[in-house]
Amino acid sequence: MARTQSASPAAGRDLISRPAAGARPPRPRRGLRKRLELTVLLVPPTVLFVGFVIVPMIFAAWYSLYNWSGFGPLNDFIGVQNYTGVLTGPVFHQAIEHNVIIAVLSVLLQLPISLGLALLLNRRVRGRTFLRLAVFAPFVLSEATAAVMWYELLQPGGPLDALLKAVGLGGLIHYWLASTSLVLYSVFVVATWKYIGFGIVLLLAGLQGIPPELREAAAIDGATPWQVTRAITLPLLGPTIRIWIFLSVIGSFQLFDLVWIMTLGGPANASSTILTYQYTNGVQRTEFGYGATVSVVLFVFSLVFALAYQRYALRRDTAGAVTRAVI
Amino acid sequence: MRGSRKPAIVAVAVAAALAIAACSSSSSSSSSSGTSASSSSSSSAKVTLTWWNNGNTQPLLGVWDSVAAAFHASHPNVTVSVVPIQSDLFTTKMPIALKSDSPPDIFQQWGGGQEATQFTSGKLANLSSLSSAWISELGQAAAGWQVNGEQYGIPYDQHVVGFWYRTDLFKKAGISSPPTTIAQLESDDVKLKAVGITPIALGGGSRWPDAFYWEYFAVRECSESVLQSSIKAINMNAACFSQATKDLTAFMATNPFQGGFNATQAQTGAGSSAGLLANGKAAMELQGDWETSVVPALTANKNILSDLGWFPFPQVPGGAGAATAVLSGGDGFSCTTGAPEPACAEFLQYIDSTPVQEELVQKGEVGLPANSTAQSVLTNPALQAAAKAHSTAAYDAEYFDIAFPTNQGQALDTALADFFAGKGSNSTIINSVSSSSGH
Repeated sequence: MARTQSASPAAGRDLISRPAAGARPPRPRRGLRKRLELTVLLVPPTVLFVGFVIVPMIFAAWYSLYNWSGFGPLNDFIGVQNYTGVLTGPVFHQAIEHNVIIAVLSVLLQLPISLGLALLLNRRVRGRTFLRLAVFAPFVLSEATAAVMWYELLQPGGPLDALLKAVGLGGLIHYWLASTSLVLYSVFVVATWKYIGFGIVLLLAGLQGIPPELREAAAIDGATPWQVTRAITLPLLGPTIRIWIFLSVIGSFQLFDLVWIMTLGGPANASSTILTYQYTNGVQRTEFGYGATVSVVLFVFSLVFALAYQRYALRRDTAGAVTRAVI
Repeated sequence: MRGSRKPAIVAVAVAAALAIAACSSSSSSSSSSGTSASSSSSSSAKVTLTWWNNGNTQPLLGVWDSVAAAFHASHPNVTVSVVPIQSDLFTTKMPIALKSDSPPDIFQQWGGGQEATQFTSGKLANLSSLSSAWISELGQAAAGWQVNGEQYGIPYDQHVVGFWYRTDLFKKAGISSPPTTIAQLESDDVKLKAVGITPIALGGGSRWPDAFYWEYFAVRECSESVLQSSIKAINMNAACFSQATKDLTAFMATNPFQGGFNATQAQTGAGSSAGLLANGKAAMELQGDWETSVVPALTANKNILSDLGWFPFPQVPGGAGAATAVLSGGDGFSCTTGAPEPACAEFLQYIDSTPVQEELVQKGEVGLPANSTAQSVLTNPALQAAAKAHSTAAYDAEYFDIAFPTNQGQALDTALADFFAGKGSNSTIINSVSSSSGH
C-alpha cells in the first residue's frame, strides 16, 4: 500500500498532535489514563478469550493425540493415529463433501437471492417495513425451532406434500428427508430459508451506506437503472458482499443444529456434516480423543480458509479501513 | 443409546405433564411409610447426597423431589440434593464429573458396557456388600448393573422390548390373535395392507429402534451362551449373527414399514413412529414398555391405552435361542467412591422399596418396576402382558448398544441404521464392533 508510513498508529497520532515547533510537552496524566483505559478495556476480553478459546484449543490439540474414552487418565498416547483415522475415513470425506456442497450452494444461490431481495427492499415499495420484517423473521427463530418446524412440514404426507397435491404438483412429492439422494438439498433449502434474512439485512445496511448522490448523478448523466446498479451499487456493495461470503462459508462449515434435529446426519450419513460426524463419533461413542481430533481438523480448515480469504479477498477492504482510520 | 429414550418420552409428554404436575406436588405421604426396613443408617453425622438424575421434566421431577424429601424425613441426618439433568447430557457430563474431585454422590446409570466404561475411572462405588441383604429382591434384573461380578449400579426399573399393536386395527384386518412366528407376522402384514393399513411403524430417524429388529433376530438365532460370550468378547463373528442379518433382510423385503421410515423419529410428534401407532396410521410398533408413557401425548384419543395390546417378538424357526428370551434393559443409579455410606446405598434401597416402586408405577413413570412385588399395581393389560413375558422369559438379553462398551454399542447402532437405509451389508454390521473399523 502507498501509505506505509501510517502503518503505525503511534506515528499517525504524532503527526496530528505534535505542536508545530518545540519539544513535546510532557503529559504523564494522559498517558496513565490511556494505560488505565487500555487495561480496563483489554484485560477482561483477553482473559475470557484466553480462558475460553485459546486454552480449550490447546487442550483439544493435546487430547487429540490420545485414545481416550473420557474416563480415567490420559495414558494411551497414540500420536497422530486419530488424525490418520479422521483424514482417511470415507465417512469423514463424505461429511466434508456435504459441507462444501452447502457452502458452494450458499454462495451460488443464497447470494443472488439475498442481493435481489435487498435491492428490492431498498426501494420505496408499499409495505416495505413489513416485508423487511417478514424476510428477517426466520433468522430470529432458534435453529432448534426452525428444525422441528421443518421436520414436521417435510413429513411424508405432511403439509408440504398436501400443498403440492392441492396445486396439482402431486408428482413432485418425494421422501424429502428419507431419501439419501435428496435429504442434503432439503436441509439446504431449510438453511437458506433460515439465513436468507441475515444476508438481506447485511446487504441492506451496505446499500444504506452508498451515498444517493452517486446514483442520482449517474441517472442525470443518462444511466439506466440497470447500469446504475451494475456500475455503482454493486461495486460499492463489494465489501459487504465479501464479508457475507466469508460468514456464509464459515457458517456452512459449522452447520449442526438444523441437521442434527432434522436427520441426525442420516439416513446413512447422507446429510452428515463435519460437526454431526464429530458428535456421532466423538461424543456419542465417548471417544473424546477422536472427537478432539475432528475439532482440530475443522479448526485448521476454518483458519486456513479465513486467512486465505483475508489475504486475497478482504485485503482491499480491511486495508482501506485502516487507512481511513489513521488519516 | 438407552439414555436418549427416556428424555424423549418425557419431552413429548410435556403438555400432558404440565397438567399432571399440579396434582403431583404433594405425593410423599405413601413413600415415607416404606422406610422402616431401611432406616438403619448408623452414622449420626449429618451428610448430604448429591443426586444427578434424568427426571428433568414433570412428572418424574416431582416424584424424585418427593422421594428425596420422604427419605430425609425418615433419615433426618441425610439430606438429598436433587439435581435434574437432561439424559443426553450425562454422556458429556459424567466423564468430566468422574475425573473431578467432587463427582455427584449418586448418578443416573444404565448399566452394561457403559457402566463398565465408567468403571475404568475408578470412581464407582462397589455396592455389593452394602446391598447384599436385599438385592436378591430384584431378581436377575440387578445382574445387568454388575462389573466383574460386583454390583456397581442398582436398577430402579426394567424394560422389555416387544410388539405394541392396535387391537382395533387387527380386528379390522380380520386378525384374531397376535402372531407367534415370523411367518405369521408376515402374513398378518399382508392382511393389514389389504385393508389399507401400514403394518408396522418404525422410527428409523432416531436410529436405535432399527437396532431392536436385528438384535431380536440375533437373540432368536444365537444360543444364550454364544450371545453372552460374544458380547463379552466384543466379537460377533459367530454364524448366528450373520443369520440374523439374513432373517432381517428377508423380513425387510416384505416391506412391513411405513414409507420414508428412515426419517421418522421415534417419539416426537404425531408423525413419529409412536405417533403413527397412537393415531391408527400403523398397526404395530416394536418398542419398549415405555410406549404407554409416550403414546397418550401424541393423540387426541383419550382411550388409546385400552386400544393397545402387546405380544413378544415372534419365534424364528430353527434358531438356537430360547423362544421366550427377551431383549431388555432398565434404568438405575450408581454411587461414587466419595459418597457417604451407608447413606447412599440405603437411598438406592429406599427407591427400590415396594411403596416407592408402587408410586412410580402408579404415576406412569415406570412400566416395569425393578422390585417385582410392585408389579401387582400394574393395571394396563398390555403392560401386564409385557411384565409376564419378562418374568417368565428363559433369559434376558440386554440391548446390545448398552451391553457393549459405549463406543462399540454406538457403532453397532449406526451400522444397523445404515443397513436399514440401504447402505452397508452383513459384514459392516458384524465388523462395526471391532475397535479399528468403527469410523
